[in-house]
Amino acid sequence: MNGAIQITLAWHDWLNLFGHYLLLSLMSLGGAISTTSEMHRFLVEQHGWLTQAQFNDSIALAQAAPGPNVLFVALMGWKVGMNAGSTTAAFLGVATTMIGILLPSTIFTYQVAQWGHRNRELRAVRAFKQGMAPVVIALLLSTAWILASSAGGSSEHWPLWLLTLASCIVIWRTKLHLLWVLGAGALLGALGYV
Amino acid sequence: MTSPPSTEQLHDRPRPTSLPDLFVAFTVLALQGFGGVLAIVQRELVERKRWLTQDEFIEDWAVAQIMPGPNVVNLSMMIGARYFGLRGALTALAGMLAVPLVLILLLAVVHARFADNTYVAGALRGMAAVSAGLIAAAGLKLSTALARSPVPLPWCLAIVAVGFVLVALLKFPLAYVLLGLGSLGCILAYRKLR
Repeated sequence: MNGAIQITLAWHDWLNLFGHYLLLSLMSLGGAISTTSEMHRFLVEQHGWLTQAQFNDSIALAQAAPGPNVLFVALMGWKVGMNAGSTTAAFLGVATTMIGILLPSTIFTYQVAQWGHRNRELRAVRAFKQGMAPVVIALLLSTAWILASSAGGSSEHWPLWLLTLASCIVIWRTKLHLLWVLGAGALLGALGYV
Repeated sequence: MTSPPSTEQLHDRPRPTSLPDLFVAFTVLALQGFGGVLAIVQRELVERKRWLTQDEFIEDWAVAQIMPGPNVVNLSMMIGARYFGLRGALTALAGMLAVPLVLILLLAVVHARFADNTYVAGALRGMAAVSAGLIAAAGLKLSTALARSPVPLPWCLAIVAVGFVLVALLKFPLAYVLLGLGSLGCILAYRKLR
């Protein structure tokens, strides 16, 4: 497979991966996608378990496929496992990352949502809901920036930046279905324009 | 687990008839969501099935958004819990994730086989650029909420800007940014709210 690397994962590496995703789960305010920059730092820069291209492919495939975007996490786990050498490891990777990213947040959210629903008039509850909003937006914009710059990189890839900018404006200002925009991006890429 | 919704509250309107009904509804929903499921949730559950009113949807969405974890996963869990308690939450969660997960792993295997193909690689590069734009657009769409925020607008913009610089440009670990800027936002909101 393209740009695949050979890595060796000892049991403590798996634990490390699991532990990291457990932590990311609790940090994933605004959705798992907002922790992408942290995943990138951990998987690509710090440990070298995924290549930059594999990292980008995971996100692009998950965006293109039906289903919740969080499945990009499963793809990263899958690819880390494949890099470690086997399909069994790939399934283990999926289980490790998906359970890791979901378990703490779902338990926490379930409990808090039940509590928050009963106390939704409390000043502290409203302050939390509304006070976090700017941070959530900052994280989304950061994620977009990191994705765009890892896909485009230097200024010689300006057509990619232009495509990112154009699709952002189209999705932001129009009601055009996302599939058309993704399809247009795929077509432009396949034809070699970006 | 905690108090299930009172029966008279849900009496006179459509609701999922059973756990399998809930599972199928969420699977169908997830499979329609290319590039994100939120818009589909609103159309299917509020407008078509009428399991939720618009207000309930917005309220649940605000909580799902702000809690850690994937937004749509959180939202499906909260909606499931509304009807069948914990069992409903788990069923909705499984419906949202099980079939799409299998599908995306199949896609990953197919993709690995064709990854060296320049057309496929180009198409994915194009879709990655569009994905970046899509996430930025989500951030921009949400930013209209800042005008109504109890946090004064200049503070909001400052938090967004500093968050972006720290995460996107300086690659700060996410936890510090969330703790630092998040508590700043919450405190500012708390002081303004009554």
